[in-house]
Amino acid sequence: MKAQLFKKLQQITEQNLMDIESHKQNGNHAIGFYCLYAPTELATAADAIPLPLCGTRQDPIEAAEEALPRNLCPLIKSSYGFAASDTCPFFRFSDMIVADTTCDGKKKMFELMNRITPVHVLQLPQQQNTDLFLDPWKAEISLLKQKVENLTGKQITDQDISNAIQLLNREREALKRLMDVTRAIPSPLTGMELIEILFKTGFFADKHKGIAIMDEIADACETMVQNGESPFKKTTPRILMTGVPVGLGSDKVIRIIEESGANVVAFENCSGYKKTFQVDETKDPLTALAETYLSIPCSVMSPNPGRFDLLEEMITGFSVDGVVDLTWQACHTYNIEAYGVQEFVADRFALPYLHIETDYSQSDTEQLRVRIEAFLEMI
Amino acid sequence: MVSAGIDIGSRSIECVLIENGLIKAARKTDTGYDPMSQAKKLIADLSFDSILATGYGRNLFELEYDSKTVTEIKAHAKGARFSFPEALTILDIGGQDSKVIRLDITGKVVRFEMNDRCAAGTGKFLEIMAQALGFSMDTFGTAAKNAQKSLGISSMCTVFAESEVTSLLARGENPEEIAKGLHQSVVKRAAAMLNRVSPEGPVVFTGGVAKNTCIVKFLEQTIHREVWVPESPEMNGAIGAALIAGEN
Repeated sequence: MKAQLFKKLQQITEQNLMDIESHKQNGNHAIGFYCLYAPTELATAADAIPLPLCGTRQDPIEAAEEALPRNLCPLIKSSYGFAASDTCPFFRFSDMIVADTTCDGKKKMFELMNRITPVHVLQLPQQQNTDLFLDPWKAEISLLKQKVENLTGKQITDQDISNAIQLLNREREALKRLMDVTRAIPSPLTGMELIEILFKTGFFADKHKGIAIMDEIADACETMVQNGESPFKKTTPRILMTGVPVGLGSDKVIRIIEESGANVVAFENCSGYKKTFQVDETKDPLTALAETYLSIPCSVMSPNPGRFDLLEEMITGFSVDGVVDLTWQACHTYNIEAYGVQEFVADRFALPYLHIETDYSQSDTEQLRVRIEAFLEMI
Repeated sequence: MVSAGIDIGSRSIECVLIENGLIKAARKTDTGYDPMSQAKKLIADLSFDSILATGYGRNLFELEYDSKTVTEIKAHAKGARFSFPEALTILDIGGQDSKVIRLDITGKVVRFEMNDRCAAGTGKFLEIMAQALGFSMDTFGTAAKNAQKSLGISSMCTVFAESEVTSLLARGENPEEIAKGLHQSVVKRAAAMLNRVSPEGPVVFTGGVAKNTCIVKFLEQTIHREVWVPESPEMNGAIGAALIAGEN
């Protein structure tokens, strides 16, 4: 059952590029997004396709290093490399790129990317949920709305945004339900399978197709749990990954953890559970968007209490046996915040914790394997 | 019951036999270019009931011998407890990596940190620096201890430190003083890792670099903690592996 659904997922993935193409041939637009902070609702509200952009593979990094320093986050280098070498179809489809000033590396990289294609950069505040920071963020989102209107020629009404919020809330609900199937002990899905589903559905132009396949997979997983089927044993160590986002191509740590006999059951990162925050449908839509998106607990926020709240909820809710904290090389904010996360995991939960700083290359695979195996020996 | 432990490291391979809680045999060889054939040669004439491998070559060994494996973290924890039953902190500086391990009172690993992405501050670093200064490994530590003052070496990267040493020599600086500076920079790096991972109590110091008495002395002076060195510090991982083999 599960295998068939993965086949179907692959078929939709292959169909997806044609879906985008035909959508564009009908005169509609596509808008590329780099970071979870940018509200994709504004694209959906203007009948444009919001597309995540490539940035999880090693291949284009060499091309990126012609312009960018070597000692830089691989996510930034990969994103830029895909753009510079014109190897990301979603980038090519995008009529406009929406980015934000998440971190120093990204914002300076976007200045260079802007030479390749126009990048609209949102000025992201670095504190959350006080009016001092929420008001300018709301202004940024209004400005983005205007930009999208200018691009698409469509006037975006409050009703359009509300409809988009409803649709994407529905998508977030499906994402959460899918990620929650691994709360079962043992889990019906491997961490690698979960990554594959999250990664591939993210690119789907047709949100309804994504929601439907995620629901189908969740149904199948729930049946597996009822029948006691799982690729794991009840005693398999259950790992929570926290830190930087991961996707296909930047999954080596998850792969090694699972090759070493454990199961990654939860992703406390912006390619995982941070995608599931619901937007309030009862409030003024722009305010609701500003509030939810700004509340995403990335380490660029200072302070960043939301990450610890989320960790607390997930460590308990997913019955976790150990925490792996992943930092991409040269990501200062996650690298420094690891100190506090280590303390939190030790003091609050007395659980084994492993901090890994690495990049997308395979050069340190065996060194990582030693660390990860030793970490699992602690459980 | 004779149990064997083999530690296949990046620079050397050690093998230890343990019977009734006593070390029956201990031997070592260079890893060379073909670790598996070196390992085979090392254990060819030994007889044992069970064997367990650790170190970088452990997974290769597992395929050939159908032996179990443990990481060097667990092996070092076990080995340190064999020599010092009270051990809570272990510093291991081997040929190409260094690590600090903290244990709870039952001997279980609770935290560790490793530096293994480059040779900075490891045995290989000291070897290359000794060569650059014209010392043998046996005289390098003594030379450093004899120096009146220490010349600071600012680079920890093996490649950069070597050019720094070369330029100091070209300036006519005393090789013994440079040697002292190099030893102290290795110690500073180890001390920082110790303070992060396990900041209190005596330290069990293992790995080939623990045989360098100058490093041991500087380490004690820097961290103001007791430093315990087992009789054969380079055998520690193999001892731990042999003990775990005996348990299974």
